[in-house]
Amino acid sequence: MSLLTINDLTVEFPTRRQLFTAVDHVDLSVEPGEIHGLVGESGAGKSTIGAAIMGLLDRPGRIASGTIKLSGDQISGLDADAMRGLRGKKISMIFQDPLTSLNPLFTVREQLTETIQAHLGGTDAEVNQRARDLIDRVGIPDPDTRLDQYPHQFSGGMRQRVVIALALCTEPDVIIADEPTTALDVSVQAQILDLIKELALERQVGVILITHDMGVIADTTDKVTVMYAGKVVETGPTSQVMGQPSHEYTKSLIAAVPRPTLKLHRFPQISYGGRETRFAIEDMARHWPKVDNDTSKPVFEIRNLTKKFLQRKGLLPWDRTYFTAVDDVSFDIRAGEVFGVVGESGSGKSTIARMIAGLYPVDGGTITFDGQVVSDLTNRAALDAYRKNIQMIFQDPYSSLNPRMRVDDIVAEPIRHHKLMEGSDVKRRVDELLDQVGLGHEAGMKYPHEFSGGQRQRISIARALATQPRFLICDEPTSALDVSIQAQILNILKDLQEHLGLTLLFISHDLPVVRQMCDRVAVMKQGKVVELQETNELFANPQTEYAGELLRLMPKLDDLSTDGLEAET
Amino acid sequence: MFAYIVRRMLQSVIVLLVVGLVAFSMFRFVGDPIDNMLGQERTQADIDRLRAELGLDQPFPVQYYKFLKNAVQGNFGVSYRQGRPVSTIIAERAPATLELAFVSGFLAITMGIALGVFTAIRRQGIAANLIMTVSLIGVSLPTFLIGILLIYIFSVELDLLPSFGRGETVMIGNWSTGFLTASGLKALILPAITLGLYQMTLIMRLVRSEMLEVLRADYVRFARARGLSDRVINFRHALKNTMVPVITITGLQLGSIIAFAIITETVFQWPGVGLLFINAIQFVDIPVMAAYLMLISVMFVSINLIVDLLYYAIDPRLRVDARAT
Repeated sequence: MSLLTINDLTVEFPTRRQLFTAVDHVDLSVEPGEIHGLVGESGAGKSTIGAAIMGLLDRPGRIASGTIKLSGDQISGLDADAMRGLRGKKISMIFQDPLTSLNPLFTVREQLTETIQAHLGGTDAEVNQRARDLIDRVGIPDPDTRLDQYPHQFSGGMRQRVVIALALCTEPDVIIADEPTTALDVSVQAQILDLIKELALERQVGVILITHDMGVIADTTDKVTVMYAGKVVETGPTSQVMGQPSHEYTKSLIAAVPRPTLKLHRFPQISYGGRETRFAIEDMARHWPKVDNDTSKPVFEIRNLTKKFLQRKGLLPWDRTYFTAVDDVSFDIRAGEVFGVVGESGSGKSTIARMIAGLYPVDGGTITFDGQVVSDLTNRAALDAYRKNIQMIFQDPYSSLNPRMRVDDIVAEPIRHHKLMEGSDVKRRVDELLDQVGLGHEAGMKYPHEFSGGQRQRISIARALATQPRFLICDEPTSALDVSIQAQILNILKDLQEHLGLTLLFISHDLPVVRQMCDRVAVMKQGKVVELQETNELFANPQTEYAGELLRLMPKLDDLSTDGLEAET
Repeated sequence: MFAYIVRRMLQSVIVLLVVGLVAFSMFRFVGDPIDNMLGQERTQADIDRLRAELGLDQPFPVQYYKFLKNAVQGNFGVSYRQGRPVSTIIAERAPATLELAFVSGFLAITMGIALGVFTAIRRQGIAANLIMTVSLIGVSLPTFLIGILLIYIFSVELDLLPSFGRGETVMIGNWSTGFLTASGLKALILPAITLGLYQMTLIMRLVRSEMLEVLRADYVRFARARGLSDRVINFRHALKNTMVPVITITGLQLGSIIAFAIITETVFQWPGVGLLFINAIQFVDIPVMAAYLMLISVMFVSINLIVDLLYYAIDPRLRVDARAT
């Protein structure tokens, strides 16, 4: 008998107009000690299954049919009190974002002991001892001191360990981990996944691992269930599903995963469901000013660039402390190349991008663009001329578009600002741009919230191209997107570089993506560039220990099927 | 922590100096006090004598310095109208206002928080929606109208409660209190409700919206997923997080309860400093006005200081940063 059995589960959300079926007749079973992956794109219903098991469906969602059984006892349809007894005690949950899933006003000890007390009871000494053991077990050093600290005193990875300790503190039978490592760096991700694997085996806990990351699935899970639009399309042992996928959707999903080992010319896109959107690069190239990329000369020369942030304010200079975000960094960006910057969060990647874009003033060193020093420009006209050539695409397509502006105003803004066109020409140009990025000019009348994440990123691209820049800064442009959408956006960026001769600064923490996109890569650690290499050279044989370590921690996708993929020659 | 308090104190002193300057300039620019004090039949000799006596012939900075020196010692000069020291008059009147402010502030905070939490947790309930609707009245009706309505219902029609004054008071040292007599307590009810109603509805609505926000937070969902009881989640996890922003607004509101007791005191003929201030304006009694101004600013500054310290007590993130300093 399985530990957790889901039989014919259907979850519905009645809305004013229609009934939305989030989960459609799903069967699933989890054995003790097994890690069961649940994979799919956003909106596939993965998280809804998790919430249904926990009895925490957001209103007005409801289980329309089917049963959920835990060790043979039915738990779906239990009343609120009985369900609360199960939650935490029999079934626990780990959330995506460790920064927000702990209460900031209580110490780790308080949060642990209250949970243990609520389910197991016992004397204060026993409860405290248990809390200490758990913190020790999840690998947090110096548990006695750490217990009495507040969540903000822990790093992201350590917080996720605390969250795991909290999920474990009453010896649950099943743990539902909803994207537990999406918000973490690669190196930390590997540690957390190892911990989950170890604990599942050691305590014979069944784990449902919900993720959209095929790498995590391939590395961590024993079995996998692939979901598409609320339905299960394929299920089976991980090696089989990943190695010989039988369903079309699974095949295209696996094909869309960027490979660290295989350099492809273009990112394979998910063809399932007929969702390919046209990107009219030829149209765009026709109107684009001819650029002569003299590849021998760098577009950007960056010398001894330094940025310090005030960490503690003080009236007197010696009272202030600074945090050096970028420390004496020098590199060149050649015309027409895609220059990658990789590193963990806090390594100074984005700070460099912002200094180049002129969003942060430079504290030391110089930035030279086309032979002109731009880091100390104060002349408005010269600054505008520089900025017209530099455009930026941001990470979060939700917050980088003003929600109160119509899309055509958003795209027209740079044109109007730089006074490139006037009157009806602006409108015509905006319509062209929207057509070219595949949204259609009708999109101009709508507001950003009417678009999906991928479509919004297309709006960002249209906006960035409005001034016909020569240089694009892409700060993690796809890390908020699904694999399939990521492929579309990255292909657009590649087209821009190849057909329009744009130079790209591409910032990412995702090494496989960097491998596909970039010609040269700078690896950053704590504000310094530790290694700068041709991409292939870096991946084949990294010169520094740190770069090697980053590569080693990258999920291995060797088991993944390579059907339909052909390496670039 | 200590450095922080010292820094805040210094800031407070600067604020008080500026307010002091404004209060002091009233003497110079709002009419000539000599005119007010000497009446129609005066000689130039009288004017000069009084001018020298009051120190008005000295340069501006010297006068300001003297004013500050006296103010620090609680000496605000002599009331033009009553001919008695301002500090004595204020000391007589202050207990009435402070007691009224204390009671209405207490009502506003306890009821406001309790109702706010209730309406947030029972968001869909009939009672909660009813309270929310009624609370609109509290926010939108002007204070004097509420006061007059209450007087009409409870004093005129029902004849249950007195419509004006403090009732009997008992002197404890220099403090006259209405807490110890039945008529004193009865007299307190209507003005306290009038004064506190607006603040109460404001706090309630604030607590409700903050609480709804917090209840959607990930750590509350995680607490649910750990199987903690609703009571623990609502009152331990959610309420404490709700309090951080609520404290700021509440602190400022308490200041205004004292400062803007003027209207309520006028409606109920409450013998407090607000009524004193209104009378002082009518008779251009500048020393009383200046003293009142200083008193209110001292109160606002100290309430703000307390609010900042409360932040420390509630939010560990601030505490740790300060320890690092």
